[in-house]
Order: sequence, then C-alpha cells, then structure tokens
Amino acid sequence: MRFVTYLARRVVGIAAVMVGVSIITFAISHVVPADPAVAALGDHATPAQIVEFRHQYGLDRPLVDQYVLYVEGILHGDLGTSIRTRRAVADDLRDFFPATLELSLSALLIALLLGLPAGVWSAVRRGGIPDQVVRVVILAGGSLPIFWLGLIVIGVGYFQLGWFPGGGRIDAFVAPPPTRTGLYVVDSILAGDLDALSSSLRHLILPAVTLGYFSTALVARMTRASMLESLGQDYIRTARAKGLRERVVVWRHALRNALIPTVTILGLTFASLLSGAVLTETIFSWPGLGRYATASAVSLDFPAVMGVTLLAAVAYPLANLVVDIAYFWLDPRIQRGG
Amino acid sequence: MARRRLLRGPLELIALAVLGVLVVLAVLAPVLSPRDPLEQALAARLTPPSLEYWLGTDQLGRDMASRILYGARLSLLVGVFVVALAGASGTVIGLVAGYGGGLVDEALMRLTDVFLAFPSLILAMAIAGALGPTLVNAILAIAVVTWPVYARLIRGQLLSLRRREFVEAARSVGASGGRILVRHLLPNAFGPILVQASFDMGAAIIAVAGLSFIGFGAQPPTPEWGVMISEGRNFFSTEPWLSLFPGVAILLAAGSFNVLGDALRDAFDPRRAL
Repeated sequence: MRFVTYLARRVVGIAAVMVGVSIITFAISHVVPADPAVAALGDHATPAQIVEFRHQYGLDRPLVDQYVLYVEGILHGDLGTSIRTRRAVADDLRDFFPATLELSLSALLIALLLGLPAGVWSAVRRGGIPDQVVRVVILAGGSLPIFWLGLIVIGVGYFQLGWFPGGGRIDAFVAPPPTRTGLYVVDSILAGDLDALSSSLRHLILPAVTLGYFSTALVARMTRASMLESLGQDYIRTARAKGLRERVVVWRHALRNALIPTVTILGLTFASLLSGAVLTETIFSWPGLGRYATASAVSLDFPAVMGVTLLAAVAYPLANLVVDIAYFWLDPRIQRGG
Repeated sequence: MARRRLLRGPLELIALAVLGVLVVLAVLAPVLSPRDPLEQALAARLTPPSLEYWLGTDQLGRDMASRILYGARLSLLVGVFVVALAGASGTVIGLVAGYGGGLVDEALMRLTDVFLAFPSLILAMAIAGALGPTLVNAILAIAVVTWPVYARLIRGQLLSLRRREFVEAARSVGASGGRILVRHLLPNAFGPILVQASFDMGAAIIAVAGLSFIGFGAQPPTPEWGVMISEGRNFFSTEPWLSLFPGVAILLAAGSFNVLGDALRDAFDPRRAL
C-alpha cells in the first residue's frame, strides 16, 4: 500500500475513534447518578443555588444540545471550565501536561537504556544466571502494583538513604527555570541554570524509576523473545560462518531484525504510561495530568476529567501512528506492501 | 503432553502452590483468622509482627494477618468477577462480530478501538467516580476497560477457525450453525481465552487495588489490600509492614496468575515456548 493512502486511511480511522471517545466521555459525565452541582456546592447548597449552577454550566439543557455544544467547544479548543479550579480546562491541561510528559519520557528513556540491553543480554546468555535475573525482573514487571513499588522506592531513596526528595518537581527554594519546553530538566539546561538542573533531576529520578520499571520489563521481555527468534535464523549462522565477530552478529544483525516488536511495544506502552502516571504522580505529589485527573474525579469535576481522558485517548492512536510510520523506516519490505 | 508442558519448571509449580494456598486461605478465612478483621484493639495499635500478632497490628490495633486473609477473599472474588463479566460480554460481542461480518463486524470492531484508546485506569477512575466509589463499581469499571480484548480474541479465533477443514467437514455433514459454534468453534477458542483470563485475573487484582488505593474502590474499614496499603502509607517511615504485607500479597497473587498464564500459553502453543 502506498504510504500516503495508508496515512490517509489511518487519519480517518483515528477521527472515527475520536467521535466514539467523545460520545463515551460525554455519556459518563452526563448520564451518571452523581450530581456535579451538589459535589461542587456541597450538601448545604440551596435548591436555588443548584439551579443557578446547573444553568451556568449548561447542565439543564437537553443531552443532545449539551453534546453538540461539547463537540463544538472541543473543535475550537474549548474543553469547558473546570468546576474545581474554576479555570479553562484547556489551560489546566496545558499547565499540567509538561510535567507528565517529562515523567513519561524519562520512563521511556530508562526503558530503552536498561530494557533493550537486558533483553539482548538475557537472550544471548539464555538459561544462564543473567537470563534468570532478567526473567525475574520481567515477571515482577507484570505483577507489582505500581503504587506499592512507588512507596518502596520512596522508603529506600528518601526515608532510608535520604538521597532524593520524597515528592514534587523542584525544591521550594529553587526558582523553576524560565519556561520554554515546560520540561524542567531541559529548560534548566537551556537556561544554563545548574541549581535548577540538579534540583529537578533529583526530584525526577524516583518517580521516573517507578514509572519506568514497568516499561523496562516490557521492553526487556519483547527484546528477549524476538532476539531469541532472530538468533536462530539462517542469516545469523551465515554471519557467524563468514567469521564476523559475535558482537557484530548480535548487535548489528540480530538486534536490527528484533527491533520491530520492541518498537510496537514502546507505542503500546505509551497508553499504560499514562495510566501508571496517575498512580505514580499521586504518590510522588508530581504536579501532572494524573494527579490533576485524580483530584478532579474525586470532586466529580467532569469537564476536567473528560479533558484529561480526551487528551489521553488522542495521544494513544497518535503514538501508534508514529510507531507505524517508524515501521516504514525500519523495514523497507512493509513499504512494498509485504 | 499438555500437562507436562504446563508444569515444566519450579516456577510454575510454586505459582500453582501459591494459588492453591490463597484459595484455601480465602475460603477458610473466617476459620483461620486469629481475630475479627474489623475489631479494634487501640491499646495494641501499631504492634510490630510478633507471636501474638503474626503480621503486626495497624493504626487502630486491627490484626493485620486477619485483614490480609479476608483481603485474599475480596481480591480473588474481584478477579473472578472482572474476568467473568469482561469475558462473557467480550465473547458475546466477538461472536456477533465474527458471525455477523460486514457492517456489524466493522461497527463492533471500531467500538473496541474506541475502548482500547482510553488509558484504562483513567477511564475506570471516571466510571468509578461517576457511579460512586465502591468496590462493586470498581469491578464494573475494570470490566468495562477489559472486555474489548476478549471480543477481539474471539472474533479472531472465529475468523481463522471458520475456514479450517474440521469446520467445513462438520458443515458438509449438515451440522447446524449453533452446533458448529458450541461443539467445534468455542472448544477450540477455549485455550487462548483461558490464557487471557489468567493474565487478566492478575491484572484485575492489581487494577482494583489501585483504584481502591486512590479512593475509587473499596472504602475503609474494608480489609481490601489496596485500601490497606493506602492506610499504611502515612506510617511508612516508621511502621513499613502496614503497607509492605498487603503489597506482598498482591505481588504473590498477581505473579502466580501471570506465571500460570505464561505456562498455559506455552502449553497451548509450543512454538512460543522460548
């Protein structure tokens, strides 16, 4: 299939999914027993106050009207007003997104730096001690509750060793770097601010390790499995037979062919990173979308929760689209419609 | 053959043993528990693990061992209910899609796309928040984000099995559609479903505990593992066992289901046994 045709089909598909997503987020927030007006105003609100509130937020109009208004708003970048923070949801998301992005990218980086070599190592030394260790790490990755791992990481890194702070993004006495990307570590480097860099890095490490552990295990699992498969192929025997060094055989020949499943997993991991970020951010008081979503859901602030859900649901197919585009680049056979 | 492959190593045996013990503990919790899981003994609060209190007591003097035993009950039930709900609804939808074909298939598969696009925990949180924070609603919420996997699995199986010789043979001797479905298609799709169910038992236990941890599932004083970890959090620097023990329980339960899922998958598909 030609690349452009393929891309067009995918974009149409994503648009269709987005319509479905918006209907569901809308349905959850409007066809529910819980009353956001009571949640926002408290149990002691007078009926008049509740009527006024419902009118102000359009909660008294027919559902279809509310949905049409909602979608029109989204298309204009208007996600409504948060009942809890009383600010535009779009503004809130813009403020909280960089913190989550910084955390997720660090987690992905850890997953690539540790998971990839671990998977390769484990496959090359199949059955040996390194393989056993990696397999236990992989197994634990799917079985550890992330919120519990976070507590242990805080317990060791903060309470026991005292090496890292127990929460937040930067020390209270350090001024955050001037905003360019919104990622504190990157902005500190751009501004040449060493104090902010060291403080933000120290704050980033524990939550990034917590969130990154799961992606690391996934990447290691996928890399191990596909490396085992590609190491058994004929072209590897050929490469060895013509006298190539083992390092070249493993890292150039085998790994390159084992990369596609790993790239797929990285794309899929993106969605689980956002779910994981909810719990990680809650534990580490990390001021990102996850903590914003939790706080909003607690106070039945549905415009805010719908905003986060929508953003996350857009991010997932987009991440997979990027992965698919990476295939075209990694494996020329796909371009020819293989 | 399959059984030998299933129990090929020590890890698989340990996992089966752990699950067996967990089920027994869960069923016999009222008999085995040293104390009432809700009974407060304020004079004995925050007692470290000892002979009298095997796993210590919490901030209200409740016996941690008893609470964890009762928690096993809840967590296993949570897993069973999530998998049953998601598995049943996903199977029905997958069958309708696979059999209906055409527009029905297309519409239902786009519906699974929509549900798969949501980050599961955020959608579950929104659902649980909307319905009200209870354990039952948390189970519903996790089931809502789990069913699409089964729908796709069943549909895929149906499409690939439909063209196989034994199904053609059954059809050619005049077997009805319903008979082919019940006698030939479902039994052959059973393996992959069992594998998925095993993984999802573990995932559901973790997910519902996570929802409870942030306040969208079971509520205190319920002896649920996620609630217990959350309650112990404030004492983590001084009395870490309050959060450690329930976490170990989740790890053992979910880990065993995962090992079992891996073993089942290898047993049903030997080519994947790497």
